[in-house]
Amino acid sequence: MATIHIDGQPFAARADTNLLQACLSAGTDLPYFCWHPDLGSVGACRQCAVKQYSGPDDTRGRIVMACMTPVTDGAILSTRDAESLDFRSSVVEWLMTNHPHDCPVCEEGGECHLQDMTVMTGHHARRYRFRKRTHRNQDLGPFVKHEMNRCIACYRCVRFYRDYAGGEDLAAFASHNSVYFGRAESGTLESDFSGNLVEVCPTGVFTDKPFSSRYVRKWDMRGAPSVCVHCAVGCNTILNERDGSLRRVLNRYNGEVNRYFLCDRGRFGTGFVNAASRLRAPLLRASDGSLQATSMAAALALFGEALSTGPVIGIGSPRASLEANFALRTLVGAQNFHLGVSGIEHDLLTLTRDILRVSPARIATLHQAEQADAVLVLGEDVSKTAPRIGLALRQSVRQASFEAAAQARIPLWLDAAVRSLGTDARSPLFQATPAATDLDPIAVANLRLAPEDIARLGFAVAHCIDPASPQVVDLAEAMAGQARAIADALLAATRPLVVSGGQCGSAPVLQAAANIAAALHRTRPETRLMLTVAECNSMGLALLGGEPLDAAMEALEAGMVATVVVLENDLFRRVPQARLLHALARARHVVALDHLASATTQVAELVLPTATFAETDGTLVSHEGRAQRFFQVSFPVAPVQDAWRWLRDGAKAAHRHDLDWQHLDEVIADLCAAHPALTAMRGAAPDAGFRIAGSPIRSETHRFSGRTAIHANVSVRDAKPEANIDGPLSTTMEGYYGEMPAALRPYFWAPSWNSGQSLNKFQDEVGGPLRGGDPGIRLLDGDPVPWRYHDAIPGAFQPRVDALMVLPKGRLIGSEELSDRAPAAKPRIEPAALSVSPAMRQALGATTMLSLTGAVHAVAVVADPAIPEGVALFPAHAHPFPGFADPQWAETAAP
Amino acid sequence: MTERPLTGRIRPGAPPPDREAYERAGGYQAMRRALLHMTPEEVVGDVTKSGLRGRGGAGFGTGQKWSFVPKPKPGQRRYLVANADEMEPGTFKDRLLLEGDPHQLVEAVVVSAYALQATDAYIFVRGEYKLAIARLTQAIGEATAAGYLGTDILGAGYALSLHLHASAGRYICGEETALLTALEGRRALPRSKPPFPQVSGLWGAPSVVNNVETLCNVPHIVNNGPEWFKGLGIGPDGGTKLYGMSGRVRRPGAWELPIGTPLREILEEHAGGMQEGYRLRALLPGGASTAFLGADQLDIPMDYGSVEKAGSRLGTGTAIVLDDRACPVGMIRNLEHFFAQESCGWCTPCRDGLPWVERMLQALEEGDGEDEDLAQLQRHVGLLGMGKTFCAHAPGAMAPLGSGLQKFREEFAQHVHQHRCPWPAGGLH
Repeated sequence: MATIHIDGQPFAARADTNLLQACLSAGTDLPYFCWHPDLGSVGACRQCAVKQYSGPDDTRGRIVMACMTPVTDGAILSTRDAESLDFRSSVVEWLMTNHPHDCPVCEEGGECHLQDMTVMTGHHARRYRFRKRTHRNQDLGPFVKHEMNRCIACYRCVRFYRDYAGGEDLAAFASHNSVYFGRAESGTLESDFSGNLVEVCPTGVFTDKPFSSRYVRKWDMRGAPSVCVHCAVGCNTILNERDGSLRRVLNRYNGEVNRYFLCDRGRFGTGFVNAASRLRAPLLRASDGSLQATSMAAALALFGEALSTGPVIGIGSPRASLEANFALRTLVGAQNFHLGVSGIEHDLLTLTRDILRVSPARIATLHQAEQADAVLVLGEDVSKTAPRIGLALRQSVRQASFEAAAQARIPLWLDAAVRSLGTDARSPLFQATPAATDLDPIAVANLRLAPEDIARLGFAVAHCIDPASPQVVDLAEAMAGQARAIADALLAATRPLVVSGGQCGSAPVLQAAANIAAALHRTRPETRLMLTVAECNSMGLALLGGEPLDAAMEALEAGMVATVVVLENDLFRRVPQARLLHALARARHVVALDHLASATTQVAELVLPTATFAETDGTLVSHEGRAQRFFQVSFPVAPVQDAWRWLRDGAKAAHRHDLDWQHLDEVIADLCAAHPALTAMRGAAPDAGFRIAGSPIRSETHRFSGRTAIHANVSVRDAKPEANIDGPLSTTMEGYYGEMPAALRPYFWAPSWNSGQSLNKFQDEVGGPLRGGDPGIRLLDGDPVPWRYHDAIPGAFQPRVDALMVLPKGRLIGSEELSDRAPAAKPRIEPAALSVSPAMRQALGATTMLSLTGAVHAVAVVADPAIPEGVALFPAHAHPFPGFADPQWAETAAP
Repeated sequence: MTERPLTGRIRPGAPPPDREAYERAGGYQAMRRALLHMTPEEVVGDVTKSGLRGRGGAGFGTGQKWSFVPKPKPGQRRYLVANADEMEPGTFKDRLLLEGDPHQLVEAVVVSAYALQATDAYIFVRGEYKLAIARLTQAIGEATAAGYLGTDILGAGYALSLHLHASAGRYICGEETALLTALEGRRALPRSKPPFPQVSGLWGAPSVVNNVETLCNVPHIVNNGPEWFKGLGIGPDGGTKLYGMSGRVRRPGAWELPIGTPLREILEEHAGGMQEGYRLRALLPGGASTAFLGADQLDIPMDYGSVEKAGSRLGTGTAIVLDDRACPVGMIRNLEHFFAQESCGWCTPCRDGLPWVERMLQALEEGDGEDEDLAQLQRHVGLLGMGKTFCAHAPGAMAPLGSGLQKFREEFAQHVHQHRCPWPAGGLH
């Protein structure tokens, strides 16, 4: 640590940071634009100018850019001397020469970093009396709006989009004060991370397009801390709501997980909450076979009757909270509770959980993945199944350039210099996947293999690292060489990372990944393992435990089930249609709880409308075993209610008294008592009784206005605010806002900092953990047990002449159930096609009849030169095979 | 020859010497001497001892610049780049060398690259210099055919590939770090220093960027020794300098003269004095980004220190003359238009400050100027100073403005108070 003097006060500062970071970490309000904690310093905007003095006797000093000046011990600087104040206000004055004065109609207004910085510098009167330059805007697709006149040319957009996220279709064009940030021509932004432009842009050039259609000022929205439900990574988000509808999603910093960025699925997929297909009332099958809305009382009467008609089984959901699943499990009994995922997925999930529990190489957080200095990805296209992991791995390959920079004494935050120096210094990333991924261009080697061969390669890598791990006999020479090269690269690292997952449906792939990580860990104690799972609470389900879905199907088929209760789960995505219809037909009562109409609710006898994650509180367990609480931002309008409350009410209607919960905390208490492995989840966030200075956390800003105005055309009567009985957040602007547990932060705001950049006020050190600790409780970090290598090495993949091995392909949008239902995301669904090798494409032609999941449909065929012979890929859960997610042999026929 | 080492082989109006003619005139001797008889360190040593300073404008010691290159590591790429992106308004001296004696530059690059142990060299040439590009292309072809480029040059075990790159345009490419970025195929943005190009330059490898004229001196230093070179100059600096002059002089042009030749001699003897009916009002001694010197400052010697002492910079050594019938405000407006256009758009003061400056000058010219504009212009001179902007572009742009505001205070005031430019048609007649 160094000591620096800011405006006469000494502060401790890290010597590997710059003066801007040090000033912000010290709590000083120093304006800036182009600097970003995860994008580094480039010295473009010149906004953070301060006066630096060479010593105590230096009275003149010189202007330096704080972001470009390293912290040195004893440094003396002034942020308040007249020259630096004048220079900083001049910078804003220059920026304003072309910036429109349209704050009142700009969607950034009220949370605009440019507004904040303008006020902070004191610039207020316009002296530039000439014409402003204007630009033409572009249509950038369904997610991001473009208003180039507002651009202040901080270059953050292209630095994030291109340098950080690897996108190519957004660039800086032209020069001088005509510099233009956009695409070569109008068109949908191709990056899966385009939505971050909205938060990265310090002004209103890039704004949230879906939000725009239901726009509200930041201060007029309620906020709640939430957790993304669109994959298993568990990115932290903030939900914003007004008048009962979810308006938008913002990134909520978690230093160990998503940090500053989200993927577009997470940001724009939440449109399902407001979708027309939401279930708003209980539905009952009428005598004519149609589903008709019914009253809550009638619905509960039938639910009670159904629950009293035994035997009853329950099918849980990897997209429902731990609490909702636990409620169902309690309702039907542990032996009758099924996890609601296919047999293959169930086995892989259990295996993943068990590996993560005992692996000597501990589970990587996303931030640790960014810092890995060698990465092997086995069998999972993380760039699509868990896009935020892909973004993290993009950063990992920069580690070698950081080492080179350190040797050349270039500070790591000097971004352009480090990138330039790192042209040839790239940390190794290896991918062994069946087809190309978005990470191909940054990988040193991309091996395209069938799942069996991916596993064999993995086992061979492990054996190269530790001869005690089982050897792959009859390994082809080429693959042995590849395994050796991968092993050498991983051994050359100090923080190697092995990434895998269940996408290719192969237990040996996961086992091979575990073996490699364990083998590495013997000599590389910082080895990390990252195994992805399919959905936002898949890992929570695995920890809760239950029977496989196949067992439910068998019980139904055997006529041993009178009533089946399906929790927030479209079973047609998991079981072939014919089998499912047949099985459900044998039950007397099919009760489906969900918030969205689905194929499953369509065939249920009784449908109970539940609250989405935006309207209820609960806990999700991410792929790393991180339990995180999400809080409701809006209130379900009766009869919609939390799934666990429906289940409680059902029990009551069936005259049972063992689910007599009034508040979520009671569900959590029972859950923790029943599941020792989950006890720690209680600590994911404070309970509902949590108060600071006697107050709950307020969920509306102190500037919230016009509750009476929302429906002023009808009535100006101030409606009584809803009461939040499940969480410690108030539902109004009354309450506490200040230092608080990070898991409860409903929005980011600080005096003078109306934009999300106020985040720096809630970190002890910019870019570091949130004050009080990053949210989440890790559940899988138990005591290490002696490691035993997995030894079930499969034989080599044998192509068949009569069938193709069809593997599921991930898509940003179109393979995950909820984001598919977001209107804004629909245009981003890639058309589904069968990808095969060029030779196979020639043989099959442009269209083929594909038999998959027991059905036959015509599908388009496309060639992918990377795909191995005998293997094909088809998007998971894509029309016309919604039930396709697990690898299977499939026959094709001429159309 | 020895009086004018750089231009001695140039015959105006005639094609440049081909390889054979160049060799007959003593060319490629320095390459033989350096590669066969000198260590790279000895070449660097001679250049350092000669006191050669950069001729591109900044005047940094060439030997010192080279000394910052770290010791070669096996297998490491290292680059030498000849900066032939001559875009400074009023400057046309490198063009003379490029078109008139391209083999001299090729030899200079080989010798200098050998001294630096560079693996690759580039000549980054202004795209509009079509003739220079054609002649360099031919010279490089001839040198390659003769084995002066490529692997194992002269059997000395040294390999060099030389690439000619025609710039896609923009003044900023003449700034050495922006040049490197452009050469990498990216937007021509300057880089922050440190790290200096010698440590992390082209594609992150150690690189040196030298001006064409600077490099062309190197073979002569190798041939004749540093003492000879020092003796060529009149004042404290060594060597000759290509001086040039444009504006209302009788014979605009460029001449190789001993460095330190007095300004008066250049104007009166070589440029033939002012044209009939024009008097000298002031001049920019070294290109558009140097400060005005007045008619009373003609006796200063044109060496680095003397010009700096007089309040300006030697720059490229090619002067632009302002006569008494042209409007000084109009001239400055014209210059600031150029600088505003050529801002790369990276840093705020330059990108948004220069257009404001230009528009105020435009308003003054059009009779819409205000007293406040003069204060605002003066303020910009301070705000766009060195260290406050990302690179030297805007500070360079402020040199003629700042000195102009001082020297032409009255003329500026007349524009405001007469609500018009006192010179008919802005003096452009």
